[in-house]
Amino acid sequence: MKTIALSVFGLLLASCAPSQPASSGVYMLVDTSGTYREEITKAQQIIRYTLSQLDATDTFAVARVDTGSFSEKDIIAKMTFDDRPSTVNRQKRLFAEQVEKFVNDAPSSAYTDITGGLLQAIEYLNEKDPGAKTVLIFSDLKEDLQDGYIRDIDFDLHGFEIIALNVTKLRSDNIDPREYLTRLEQWQAKVEKSGGSWRVINDLDGLEGLL
Amino acid sequence: MNFLLGITPSPVMSALLWIVLIVTALYFARPTVHQFILATGDALHKAFRTASQSVANAEQGLAERNREVLLAAGRETKERVVEREFDRINETVRKDLANFSALHRNLSESINRIENDHKEAVDVPPDPPGWVAAVEAVAAIDSKDNRVGVGNVLADIHKSLVKAHKEAMSAYHEASGQRHALLRKMRPEWRQIQQTLGKVGKNVESLLGRSVTIDRHMEEYEDIVKGEDRAVSVLSSSSLVYFFVSALVMAVAIGGATINFSLIARPMAEMVGGTSLVGGFRTADIAALVIIMVEISMGLFLMESLRITRLFPVIGALPDKMRVRMIWITFTILFLLASVEAGLAYMREVLLHDELATSALLRGDLDVAASSEYMWITTAAQMGMGFILPFALTFVAIPLETFVHSLRTVVGLIAIGVLRFVSLILQLLGSGLRSFSALLTHLYDLPLFIPLWWAARDRDEASSDLSEVRS
Repeated sequence: MKTIALSVFGLLLASCAPSQPASSGVYMLVDTSGTYREEITKAQQIIRYTLSQLDATDTFAVARVDTGSFSEKDIIAKMTFDDRPSTVNRQKRLFAEQVEKFVNDAPSSAYTDITGGLLQAIEYLNEKDPGAKTVLIFSDLKEDLQDGYIRDIDFDLHGFEIIALNVTKLRSDNIDPREYLTRLEQWQAKVEKSGGSWRVINDLDGLEGLL
Repeated sequence: MNFLLGITPSPVMSALLWIVLIVTALYFARPTVHQFILATGDALHKAFRTASQSVANAEQGLAERNREVLLAAGRETKERVVEREFDRINETVRKDLANFSALHRNLSESINRIENDHKEAVDVPPDPPGWVAAVEAVAAIDSKDNRVGVGNVLADIHKSLVKAHKEAMSAYHEASGQRHALLRKMRPEWRQIQQTLGKVGKNVESLLGRSVTIDRHMEEYEDIVKGEDRAVSVLSSSSLVYFFVSALVMAVAIGGATINFSLIARPMAEMVGGTSLVGGFRTADIAALVIIMVEISMGLFLMESLRITRLFPVIGALPDKMRVRMIWITFTILFLLASVEAGLAYMREVLLHDELATSALLRGDLDVAASSEYMWITTAAQMGMGFILPFALTFVAIPLETFVHSLRTVVGLIAIGVLRFVSLILQLLGSGLRSFSALLTHLYDLPLFIPLWWAARDRDEASSDLSEVRS
């Protein structure tokens, strides 16, 4: 009888204990290689939109994709928002300022290591462990690795949603569209094989369903 | 089926045979079956009637209980009303008639002064000169009688007379002036007496009016104590009216509490966090709700301490000193909570501006971030509402008390209605089942119309033979 009473009391206490709702974690990779550097203002637009959609306790990080992207040094801005609304607003403004600075000063990189950036994103989001994990890839998805970099690695993307944004067509794609389609298919296969879900959004005016 | 129709070579014959067999069996079983159906119907009828009676008894008991509750509530209310009327009379007597001795002394002094003044103001006619007769006698002497000196004497007398007359008139005028002055002095005394008496009259009239009211209330109280139907009817209808009115006022109060909640729920996230949940609800919302509930509770205690409501007899029965302390404590807590709410309302506005500015920045729309010069009006209005609403919610205690008291009666009336309806339904079911059992016996007889007709025919013939034999 005493055990039952204690159990009921424990259950009541547990039901009254404060709990956190599922938070979101977003990691955005911004390609700064070659001519894609010119698209960076669009990336800034997406970052601002994402900031406006995120709420308290959510996590957001923006990292650049350059020659070797599997590095914390490539993270431009990262933030886990506080649960107080005023602090969240302050953090969002600070984040926007950091991104603004990056947009103005970011150099163009010679190579494009998207896989390294994705690995970094997975590591970061797994560490933060949010309720929903999303990786935004702002790139043409044309990977160009420097000699010696090994990126033939299996991912574990279970619970991840990978969204490719503004996947522009290259000059060669225009000559042979199969290259573009194959590139997209390869990335989709890679992501889905690793247990993640894949989406492509090229129309940046329709970002409502992004998160 | 084939087996049934196959007992003879012809199916029609088989069917006819079966019909004859079944009808025969039913005919022979008829008395027993009829008895069974009627007995079952009767038993069910009795069972339902008993149940209906039981429900009706419960309804009567409840009605009696409701009546007692209603009378007790009415008695209590009347006692409070009469007590309050006596308090008012006591207050009037204490305030206006406590200084009656001083008033009486003032009146007596005024009257004494008037009497004295009046005595002094009595008009004393001047004494007629005593020598007028002598003058007349002297005047009767004829001057032609050559009485020497008469003329001179007369002239002297005349002179003296004129002088005396002048002096007398002067004294008379002076005395009249003094008397008039005294009478003038009496005028304010009269007015004072008139005013004092008017005031006393008003007080007495007020007391008489209150005594008439008390008489009326006492008559109603006596009716209630006697438990007269008229009193119960009046109390019952009053209770229903109070119930609906108090429910309406409480709905308005709930609206006010909702507004209050929306004012403080958002900024409360700054204190307890905006995302944590307790039992599926946001902690900030729960905290805001708790603040409002505490305010309402403090309002209830304040009203109880002021003896405006009587929901908690313990508070009402406290010694006056303790009660006054409680008034101050609850008022202070209420004031502090109202101040906190005003602060939170201000914080809400600040947060709203902050969010608007951040959204504008993220949209890249920097012009919108500039705040309007009239925004202080909404800020002030929100702060004012945040401060006033807790005090306004204090008065919820009054309709709440009425609602609680009238709810008891209304629930009783509804329960009586439900029980009455159930009793009626049970009664109808009982009667219906009895009639249905009778109908079933007739339905049973329907396929047996041939043997029944035959039996009736035999019976008629037998009775006619018997009558012939007798005759």
